[in-house]
Amino acid sequence: MLSFIVRRLAVAIPTLLILVILSFVLMYSAPGGPFNSERPLPPEVLANIEAKYGLDQPFWKQIVNYVWGVVTEFDFGPSFKYKSQSVNDVIAQGFPVTLTYGFWSFLVAATVGISLGVAAALKQNSWLDYIAVGFTVGAQVLPNFVMAPILVLVFTLWLGWLPGGGWNGGAWQNLVMPVIALSTSYMASIARIMRSSMLEVLNTNFIRTAQAKGLPMRRVIWRHAMKPAILPVLSYLGPTFVFMITGSVVIDIFFSTGGIGQFFVNSAFNRDYSVIMGITILVGAMTILFNLLVDLLYAWIDPKIRY
Amino acid sequence: MKLSTNLKATTAILLLTAGTAYADGHATHPDTGEALATEQSFIYRVGDESPSYDPGLTEDVDGSAVVRDLFEGLMNQDAAGNLVPGVATGFEVSEDGLTYTFTLRDNAKWSNGDAVTAGDFVYAWRRAASPELASPYSWYMELMSIENGAAVIAGDMELEDLGVSAPDDATLVVQLSQPLPYFPQMIVHATTFPVHAATIAAHGSDWTKPENMVSNGAYVLSEFVPQEKLVRVRNEMYWDNENTILDTVTKLVITDENTALTRYLAGELDQTDVPAGQFPRLQAEYPDQAKSVPSACSYYYTINMTDTGSEALLKPEVRQALSMAIDRDVIVESVLAGGQKPAYTFTHWATAGFETPDTEIAGMTQDERNARAVELMAAAGYDADNPASIELVYNTSESHKSVAIAISQMWKQTLGVETELGNQEWQTFLETRGNQDYQIARAGWCADYNEASTFLDLMASGSGYNDSQYNNPRVDELLAEAKTSANPQAAYAEIEQIIADDLPIIPIYHYAEVNMQAADVGGWPFNNFQQNWYSRDLYKTAE
Repeated sequence: MLSFIVRRLAVAIPTLLILVILSFVLMYSAPGGPFNSERPLPPEVLANIEAKYGLDQPFWKQIVNYVWGVVTEFDFGPSFKYKSQSVNDVIAQGFPVTLTYGFWSFLVAATVGISLGVAAALKQNSWLDYIAVGFTVGAQVLPNFVMAPILVLVFTLWLGWLPGGGWNGGAWQNLVMPVIALSTSYMASIARIMRSSMLEVLNTNFIRTAQAKGLPMRRVIWRHAMKPAILPVLSYLGPTFVFMITGSVVIDIFFSTGGIGQFFVNSAFNRDYSVIMGITILVGAMTILFNLLVDLLYAWIDPKIRY
Repeated sequence: MKLSTNLKATTAILLLTAGTAYADGHATHPDTGEALATEQSFIYRVGDESPSYDPGLTEDVDGSAVVRDLFEGLMNQDAAGNLVPGVATGFEVSEDGLTYTFTLRDNAKWSNGDAVTAGDFVYAWRRAASPELASPYSWYMELMSIENGAAVIAGDMELEDLGVSAPDDATLVVQLSQPLPYFPQMIVHATTFPVHAATIAAHGSDWTKPENMVSNGAYVLSEFVPQEKLVRVRNEMYWDNENTILDTVTKLVITDENTALTRYLAGELDQTDVPAGQFPRLQAEYPDQAKSVPSACSYYYTINMTDTGSEALLKPEVRQALSMAIDRDVIVESVLAGGQKPAYTFTHWATAGFETPDTEIAGMTQDERNARAVELMAAAGYDADNPASIELVYNTSESHKSVAIAISQMWKQTLGVETELGNQEWQTFLETRGNQDYQIARAGWCADYNEASTFLDLMASGSGYNDSQYNNPRVDELLAEAKTSANPQAAYAEIEQIIADDLPIIPIYHYAEVNMQAADVGGWPFNNFQQNWYSRDLYKTAE
């Protein structure tokens, strides 16, 4: 197990390096640059700016300097667009926001989704099942960019219960709508996967055997059916968690939360090279880390899996 | 139930604290006599975070509005856009128009209590031009024609050589390299505002953070969460603090304008932008809140006049025909519907000192224009059997798309011209347009200062902004003449006439700014063409 973790982490480093180089090349091959604007800058002004940000150096040197700064000082450089902020500032400000609403969304999506899926599977073809299936279909055809404005319309304009946006340091009133909007469609997917996987497990021989032995239903489900049934859900939860905590631009745009998702998308439009790189590395590292965690959880839940 | 009780409790507490905080509020407005609200707070929406709130670095409209509140320059603008004293009580111009001498008031203070001196301006101006700061707006120092501006920016001369000096604490002398009649109009711009040297020395680029910033405007920065909000509160040290009415001003970043509108309607905001096409409906429903005012920008199509462009478009008749066939009234009334005005000149009709010349096209009816357009097209050798085909590119946006579709339909119906529409993301678009890799491209230009040259300078041969690569020696001559002339209107009229004949660009409409603004907000400078607003002139009236 330990050697597996070490091996995986060792692979992560070259993976991240390749990610950095690829992003760097792609970024520079896009037309335009961080200091292009409708009013082209006089050459002497542009020269000053390029010198300030090291853009006057040869391409390979820029990559080397960048990687060196990141590795030795954990310095992702200054933002090219937000002149008084460094990339570390941007991440320090936006990431906790995203992490907060992402974590709550994940928790809601996972608990409600799994419970709904299990309940629907156990009461297959009952009214409960129909409601659950109906809900999941409904939730899945309502993407968050449709959901978000509807929520604002209902809870802010009509009912006046919740503020229509903003973060306010993460007050619960500001959290409710982002969490609902972000979690709903994932919740639906989780419920659907959970339901079909649970149904499959319930029809296997070992469950029939357990039931035939006269074990109480509760025990059959918790002890025997749950573990194998949750495996497919788990492989879905890993990437979902990473996606949720690394930011949803839709949530940030509609609820003005100030999370990392909007910085990420804006930085691409603004050609804010250092912010693009910083967030790419952050998301990349998170993805690698949580995929590793999911693999470890797999082994813990399913004894058949050995590393 | 619990939810609403909680909310009520929170609201009650908020109201209570607000009540105590503003209990010393003002009763009536000193000038208008209107009854003032107890809570003097103004909350407005912007679409994106500004790059910087450092006067030397700020480069966008929304950022400049914040900087105008936090800092104060030599002169300010009043509600009509006229110059009024700021830190300077006034100025004198030398005979030759090359030397401006400003007298500073003795009671101007920084928010930490230090006096604002002429030396602060000298420091700020040198800093704004310095290669070290590398401000994207350093060129403004050059645009103001300050002596040695260009050389200092390029690093060829020392900062001390910049044409600005402080013989004593209350006197600032500015030396220009050529007379510039509209120089005083230019010093209301954020780039020219003073900054506090000791604070910058102590905190470096972190000096603009709320806990570090020392400023001299009517407000100080109290809270800043990037991409979310920026709060400023009144500056007790400001020399005219007793006449400031608003206590807090909050800028919220709300990207989606429809969400912003919903939040406005829910009472969370005092001002927001009207999404494209919604103005007529909102005006009917909220006549006291929906406002449309001229905004200092022109919308036009630029034509590639080089040989990388379309062969058809190199023929003047074709450009004339295309311009004639655009029914601008339909564009402004049906497509945009926000109080914009049809444009037949490049310079915005409301620009100070500019009288729109009578061009032929402006005086015709659309039927006459269409008939003429057909004739011109035929003269150029195109007709229904042999239609011209052109490519039109715009930057990705719903509104630009609607305009482009409407115009391509007009060209198709009137002239049989086949138009291929293409959209590009902003940075890609800029590159395409700047490299003359297009036939016709959408463009817009906003005034940097309230004078026609801010538009017409784009038509100079070799100007970096001249994306048509239009080249006309007579225009260059007239532009040079206008720079130093006391009454440049004749030159501007002639330039507009030349543009109307040559059509390197096709003017389409002059912008208007359409806003929803709460009925209790007073003092908004609707007549300030550049919409340069100062929070200290605003107030909230009692319901």
